[in-house]
Amino acid sequence: MPRVPVKRQKFVMPGRYILLIITILCIALMLITFFTDAVSAPLSYIADYTIIPVEKGLNSIGMRFSEKVNEINSLKGVLAENEELKKQVQDLTLEKNQLIADRYELQELRELYSLEDRFHEYNKIGARVIGKDPGNWFSVFLIDKGKNDGIEKNMNVIAGDGLVGIVTEVGPDYATVRSIIDDASNVSSMVLSTSDTIMVTGDLKLLSSGEIRFSQLSNPDSKANVGDEIVTSNISNKFLPELTVGYISSIETDPNNLTRSGTLTPAVDFAHLNTVMVIKNLKVTDNAGEDDG
Amino acid sequence: MIRKITKIILVLLCFILQGTLFKFLSLGGATPNLLLMITSFSGFVGGKKEGMFTGFFAGLFTDVLYGNGIIGFYILLYVWTGYVNGMFNRLFYPEDVKLPLILTTVSNALNGFFTYVFLFLLRSRLDIGYYTLRVILPETVYTLIMTIILFKPLLMIEEALQESTDRKGMNV
Repeated sequence: MPRVPVKRQKFVMPGRYILLIITILCIALMLITFFTDAVSAPLSYIADYTIIPVEKGLNSIGMRFSEKVNEINSLKGVLAENEELKKQVQDLTLEKNQLIADRYELQELRELYSLEDRFHEYNKIGARVIGKDPGNWFSVFLIDKGKNDGIEKNMNVIAGDGLVGIVTEVGPDYATVRSIIDDASNVSSMVLSTSDTIMVTGDLKLLSSGEIRFSQLSNPDSKANVGDEIVTSNISNKFLPELTVGYISSIETDPNNLTRSGTLTPAVDFAHLNTVMVIKNLKVTDNAGEDDG
Repeated sequence: MIRKITKIILVLLCFILQGTLFKFLSLGGATPNLLLMITSFSGFVGGKKEGMFTGFFAGLFTDVLYGNGIIGFYILLYVWTGYVNGMFNRLFYPEDVKLPLILTTVSNALNGFFTYVFLFLLRSRLDIGYYTLRVILPETVYTLIMTIILFKPLLMIEEALQESTDRKGMNV
């Protein structure tokens, strides 16, 4: 075949070299970003102007859609439920009156003992959930408040009374939150009634059942029981003390007969999480350890 | 240039839809991996470089927002996906739907496998059977369904882009 004379051959780099360069660059980048924030900080500004505004809008559409689906589904069950509930209301009204009387008594007794409010007045800010991790492996989500609203890394995120997670990254107008049900999450906690410290770990395997795992309940004779409340512990270096994590749903003794582990039901409904509160008080510890979060 | 900008916009669209709308439309707790689908698609339709280009941006967006402070892992994963799919560019004919479906499925399964190995196995989560069955498989099936639905529209966009590039080439 005769060669066609080409006037000027443009240099084209073969694909495999580009692949090699990108591979090396990425590995270098991973190492750099593992130790510093130098690269990710400017990139987060770009994300702030491109992805975040669209996600804010689109997520509200998605939410409206899922609400409609839920409405249709629930309507069927509602009618039958209504009859049942009417009967229950009668019973409960009686019970309620009794409880109100009890509550006044409790209030008086508390005042007598002048117990401190369990939840200290923290400086909180509300935020909306605007996007979730696109993959199926992690339970990480984005909120619409960032550095401009005073959010910093390692701030605790709650919804209602329960702990949701911790801020892991902050952009100008967004922040990434890792929830406590995430597979990579570890929260140092304790059983409120017995003050036994435990480690609460998210587990992808338990995600569909809506539970999370706890372990290292040290004392086999501990009086911790199913239904006990679990709160963040005083010794955690990233989580503020005594935020409700959840309630124990099962306990079993580990094969080593020294510790016990089990599952707990989180206090927060993670499937329908739309708004959260970020606590702007950071837990200050001298050595910022890496074992939590 | 128009081609590249369109690709970036497509990737952006997939990324945003995947993180918002499709989280509400999840089947069996799984979200389709649209980013992988578009990367894979660019690979076997446009070639290795096109695949790598799309994969680069797909990975970049994921890394910056959800990479947990480490940038590079998802870029690497998606760039390789684009490249490997690009190797099948020669076998691809627009009339043949089998190859794209097979490629997307295999890519997704492998992608899930590597995610498991690097982000889960290294943290001593050893139960590979469970993760394959409950995470990788639903995601792959859902992505396959999305590929069947979106294959024709994407191909039309690709052909329109091809035409505009050709016309431009003739003018020069």
